[in-house]
Amino acid sequence: MKLKRQSAVLAVVAASAVMLAACGSDNNSGVAGAQAAGKSANVACGGKNTLKASGSTAQANAMSRFTQAFGATCSDQDINYNGNGSGAGVKEFTGKQTDFAGSDSALSAEKGEIEKAKQRCGAPAWNLPMVFGPIAITYKLDGVDDLALDGKTLAGIFSGKITKWNAPEIAKLNAGKKLPDQKITVIFRSDESGTTDNFQKYLKTAGGWDKGTGKSFNGGVGEGAKGNDGTSQALKNAKGGITYNEWSFAQAQKLNVAKIVNSGGGQPVELNAASAAKAVEAAKFKDEGSKDLELNLDSIYGTKTAGAYPLMLATYEIACSKYPDADTGKAVKAFLSVAAQGGQEGLDQNGYVKLPKQFSDKLLASINAIQ
Amino acid sequence: MSMKDEVVSRPAGQERETGSMMGGMGEQEQERGERPKRVGDRVFRYLTTTSGLVIVVAIVLIGFFLLIKAVPSLLADSTNFLTDWRFDTTGGKLAFGIRDMLVVTVLSSLLALVLAMPISLGIALFLTQYAPRSLARGFGYLVDLLAAVPSVVFGLWGVLVLGPAIEPVQRALNAGLGWFPLFSDGNVSLAGGGNIFTAGVVLAVMLLPIITSVTREVFRQTPVNQIEGALALGATKWEMVRTTVLPFGKSGFIAASMLGLGRALGETIAVLMILHTATSPSGFSFFDGGSTFASKIASAASEFSEPLPTGAFIAAGLVLFLLTFVVNAIARSIAKPKKEKA
Repeated sequence: MKLKRQSAVLAVVAASAVMLAACGSDNNSGVAGAQAAGKSANVACGGKNTLKASGSTAQANAMSRFTQAFGATCSDQDINYNGNGSGAGVKEFTGKQTDFAGSDSALSAEKGEIEKAKQRCGAPAWNLPMVFGPIAITYKLDGVDDLALDGKTLAGIFSGKITKWNAPEIAKLNAGKKLPDQKITVIFRSDESGTTDNFQKYLKTAGGWDKGTGKSFNGGVGEGAKGNDGTSQALKNAKGGITYNEWSFAQAQKLNVAKIVNSGGGQPVELNAASAAKAVEAAKFKDEGSKDLELNLDSIYGTKTAGAYPLMLATYEIACSKYPDADTGKAVKAFLSVAAQGGQEGLDQNGYVKLPKQFSDKLLASINAIQ
Repeated sequence: MSMKDEVVSRPAGQERETGSMMGGMGEQEQERGERPKRVGDRVFRYLTTTSGLVIVVAIVLIGFFLLIKAVPSLLADSTNFLTDWRFDTTGGKLAFGIRDMLVVTVLSSLLALVLAMPISLGIALFLTQYAPRSLARGFGYLVDLLAAVPSVVFGLWGVLVLGPAIEPVQRALNAGLGWFPLFSDGNVSLAGGGNIFTAGVVLAVMLLPIITSVTREVFRQTPVNQIEGALALGATKWEMVRTTVLPFGKSGFIAASMLGLGRALGETIAVLMILHTATSPSGFSFFDGGSTFASKIASAASEFSEPLPTGAFIAAGLVLFLLTFVVNAIARSIAKPKKEKA
C-alpha cells in the first residue's frame, strides 16, 4: 500500500517535472531571440559569477527578463535582483551589500547619496536610465471610451478643482463627445509609490500642479487604494472614477485609458509602444555629453514632440563608473549590455518601453565605459 | 497570554472542587513539600520558569525596540501626535498624528467583535449542546479550517466579493440611519465598499474560528453533574444552558473574545487591501475609510530607508502595542468579578 502510494507520488512528480521542462523550453525559445540580439553586439561575458542587486519594484518584471537574457548570453553567469524599494536599493548599494541598485530616482545630492556612492566606488557613480514604464490615466465612464485630457485638466481633476465630468475644461478637449453630468471620483495610491511620485512630477511640469510631489499623493481629494491592483479594483467599482496605473495593469485589467494632449498641444496621444518610445527618444539629459545619464525629466513630462506620450516612470540602474574590484565591474558591464540590447526584446509586452535605438546607443556608450 | 491561562486553569480547578481528582492533587502537593531537592523536579521547575521568562523578555524587548526607534521621530514631530489626523512623513518635515488610525482601528475591531461574539457563542453552544456527536465533529473541523485561511485571501474576498455585495446594505443603512453618527456619510465614497464597515465584517469572519474554538472547549468542560442536576430539577434544555453552561463558560468566552480582539486590532493585510484611504479626517462613521495602525505601517514598509520617517511609523506601532495592553487590562477587569461570582 505504502509502496503504491509512493510510486503514485513519484509519478506525479515526474509528470510535473516533464511539464515544467516543457514550460522551460517555452521560455527559452523566447530568450533564444534575445540571445541572438545580445550576441550581435559583442557582449564581453565574464567576471564575477553571481551579481547582486536590489531596489525599485517598478522595474522588477523588466529585471526578470534581463536576467533570462543574461543567463542565455553569458551561460554560467547569474544575477539576483531583490525588489525591495528604491530607497533600500540605493542604501544597500552604497553600503557595498549589492553590486548596483535599481532606483525610481537618480542619486540625490540633497540626501548625500552622490557623495556616499562616490565613497563606495572610489569613483563617481552613474545613473543609467534603463527601464521606462508608462503610466496610464484610467477611467470608468459609461458611454465615453476615447477620452482626451491634458496636464492642466488632470491637475485640476486630481486636486479637486474640476469635480464634474462635463466641466468646460474637459468638454473643450473632447468636442463632439457626450459627457455625462456626473461627479468625478478620484482614486489614488494609498501606499508610497514611485508611480505617484512621477505622476505628480508630470502634473507639476505639464499642469502647474502646486500640491507638491513625493511618493504619497498630495492632491487632497478622492480616496486611496493599495497598490496598482487596489486602484484598478476600486476603479471598476466606482462609476465616474479616474486613477493612474502602471501600463501593464491597465492592459491586463482592460481598463479605459485616456489619451493625453502633451505640452505641444496638437492631437491627443494614445498610449502605445510607439508613442511612449517617441517620448524616450526625445528625452534630454541633465548633463548632455556626460557619461552620467541622469534624465532631465521635464523634457519627457513637458515634451512638445507630436505623438509623444509624456507620462511615464523612468527608472535607473545605478552603477559605479569604476569598480574597486575589476571582476565585479566586468560582470556588471556584461549584464547591463545584455539588458540594453537583447533584454529589450518583448519588453513592451510587460508594460515597459522598448528603448529606441538612438537612446540605447547612448546608454551602451556609458555602459562600455564602466570599468 | 494570561487570558489563555485562565481558560485552561479554570476547568481544572472546577474539577478539583467536584472531587474527581482530589486524591491525585493531594499526593502531588505532598510530594512537592517533602522532597523539594529532587533533580528531575528542579530541572523541570527551571525549564518552566525559563519558558515563562522568555515571553516576558520578548515583550519587554519589543517594547524597548519600539520606544527607542520612536522617540527621535516623536521629538521631531511638528504637530500633535495624539490629535492630528494627518500622517505626513515625506518631504523632510515630519507632521504625523494617530487620531484617525486610532479611530479606524477601534471602530473596525469593535464592529468585528460585536458581530462575531454572538455568532461564535451560538456556534459553540450548538456544537457542544445541541448538535449530534457525528455532526459536531465535522462541523468543528470546518470552523477550525476557517482559522487556517490566510488573511490575504480574506482580503481578496473582501475587495472582490463582499465589498461590492454589501454596498447596497451600506447605502440603505446610510440613507435610513444617517442621522446616527456611526452611519453618517463617510469620508470615502460607498462605491465598492472600501470602508470600515466592510473591513469590520471581514474581520468578524476571521474572528469566528478563534472565539468559537476556545469557547467550545470551555463549554465542553461544564461538569456533567451540574448539567444532569439542572435537568433532573426539571429544567428545559435552554434553562439548563442558561443556568450551568453559560455561567461556567462566561469568563472563558470573554477571554476568547479578547484573544480575537487582539487579532482584529493587529490584522494587517486584509484591512490594507479593503480600506480606501481618505483625504479628510474621520467623522467616527462606519462608512469612513482610512488605515489602521497595522495597515498604515504595512503600506509604507517597502519604502522604509530613512530613520526619522520610519520612526514615525514605529511610533504608531508603539501606540497599537499599548492599546492592546489597555484592552487586555479592561477585559481582565470585566472577566474577573464574574468569575468570583460564579
